[in-house]
Order: sequence, then structure tokens, then C-alpha cells
Amino acid sequence: MTEIRQLRKALIERILDGGGTASRSQRRAAFENAGLTEPLRTLVQKVAAQANAVTDRDIAAARASGLTEDQIFEIVVCAAVGQSTRQYDSARAALDLAVGKE
Amino acid sequence: MRLAILDRGHGFGTKALFAFIRLVTRQPTPEAVKLVSYRPDFFGTPMKRFTHEAMRGPSTWSVADRELMAAFVSHVNACEFCIKAHTAVAARAYGDEPKVAAVLSDLETAPIGEPLRATLRMLGKLTRERTVGADDMRAVLAAGVSPQQIEDALSVALAFNTMNRLADAFGFSVPGPRAFEAGAKFLLAYGYR
Repeated sequence: MTEIRQLRKALIERILDGGGTASRSQRRAAFENAGLTEPLRTLVQKVAAQANAVTDRDIAAARASGLTEDQIFEIVVCAAVGQSTRQYDSARAALDLAVGKE
Repeated sequence: MRLAILDRGHGFGTKALFAFIRLVTRQPTPEAVKLVSYRPDFFGTPMKRFTHEAMRGPSTWSVADRELMAAFVSHVNACEFCIKAHTAVAARAYGDEPKVAAVLSDLETAPIGEPLRATLRMLGKLTRERTVGADDMRAVLAAGVSPQQIEDALSVALAFNTMNRLADAFGFSVPGPRAFEAGAKFLLAYGYR
């Protein structure tokens, strides 16, 4: 395994499986953009699909639901890394197909 | 910055370091630095290690080419902070600001080689549509780009598709051009670690 692959894996493992203030299941759900309830569903969907549409109000709604700033920080980080990882995985699979690897 | 902890929740030592940097550079602490310095054990440290390897580690793409990819991905994501930051780094790394501006304004007519153009085209589609297929990769390979070079470019895209989202979600404030010039000098001298 090359250095860069190890570093990518280490980042993902840290944010999902290491210690944090948001629960592991919540961080996993944000990473996968699946299985969340409002107001996090909207926030995470925006981070994944159109992050520049996130507003002060989206963050305020997350706070008003009882989440701390540390929890919101972790959830948004997981959402961002999760979406960019899905895109990366899609491209890697396409590359493997193009070069004839299974 | 939408979260107060990212603005002023850092430890005493980090705050002292920020004050020192502000004094030396006479520029505000970049919001990206504030983000990766907050509870760095959670995100900043592993992200900086990954990004440094992608942007400065061994690759047959030059540092300038990789900074251009970073600016281009940021452009497709319409992330103002990251476009300005990495346009400045790429322009400085190439010593050619018009070339970087031309790529962002029209990739198809910009004065760059076909392998880089084909790679940027694929990164643009991946960023815009969030997926690409085998035909997109065949087109890049046909332009003379090696599978390893494609992997290297995908690592750059992974880093900036992440940072663009965080810059916009957390609401990074965008400083003036002199701050980005200072940032570009720093990133070319020291990288992302």
C-alpha cells in the first residue's frame, strides 16, 4: 500500500472510529449522508451536494436541536470527507475498468 | 466563521502562535489554518498529512500542476476562498498568472498540454457530477496520462473536494489579495504539514 493510501485510510478511520463528541453512529451517518433526521439531514445534504448553499440558519438549526459546536464541527467534517471519498471511489472504480482491472 | 470554536476556541499555545504569525505577516490568520488547528487530532493533523503528500509528495505532476488542479476543482465547486488561495499558489509556482487565469476562464482554449487538459476535464466532471465512468478515464489515458498520474490527480481532487465543502459550510471569510499572496509564499515554502 502506498503512503498516500495509508494517509487517506488514516484520516477516514480517525474521524469515524476515533474518539469524538458526536456519536460514532452519527458521524458514520453524516459520512454516508444517510439515515439522518432533521435538521442534520438538510445540513449534511447541503455539505455533500452544494456546500456554498449552507447558511447561518442551517448551523443555527443544528445548534437549536441541542448539538454542541464540537458535535457540529465533527458532523460537517464527516459529511465533507464522506462525499469527497464517494467521488474518489467512483473515479478509482472507473479507472480500474478503463485499464482492465476487475 | 459560523462556529465560534473554529474562530477562537484554540488552545493557548495555538493562539500565541497565531498572534506571532499575524505580527510577522501583518495579515489575519487564514481561516483554513484556524480550521486545521482546531482539535487537530480529530481532523487537522491527518488531513494535513494527506494533503501534503498529495500536493508535495512524489508525483510526475509538478507542484504547479497540482496547485492548478486544486484551483480548478475549487473553481468548479465555486468556493471563493479556495479559488483565490490556490490560484495565487499556482500562479506563483508557474510564474505565469495569465496561464492560470486562462485555465479557469476556458479550459479548452488555455495554453496547456493535452495530458493536463484531459486530466482537468475529468476532474471537472467528477467534481460537477460527483461521478465519472470508464469512458471518461479512457479519454484521459488516450491523451497520454498514465494510470499513476490519474491516481495522483484524484488525490488532489479528494483533498480539495473536502476543503471546498468545509470552507463554504463553515463560512470562511475571504481576505484581500495580499493575504493570499502571503499564503501562497508560505505554501510553496513549507507545504501543508
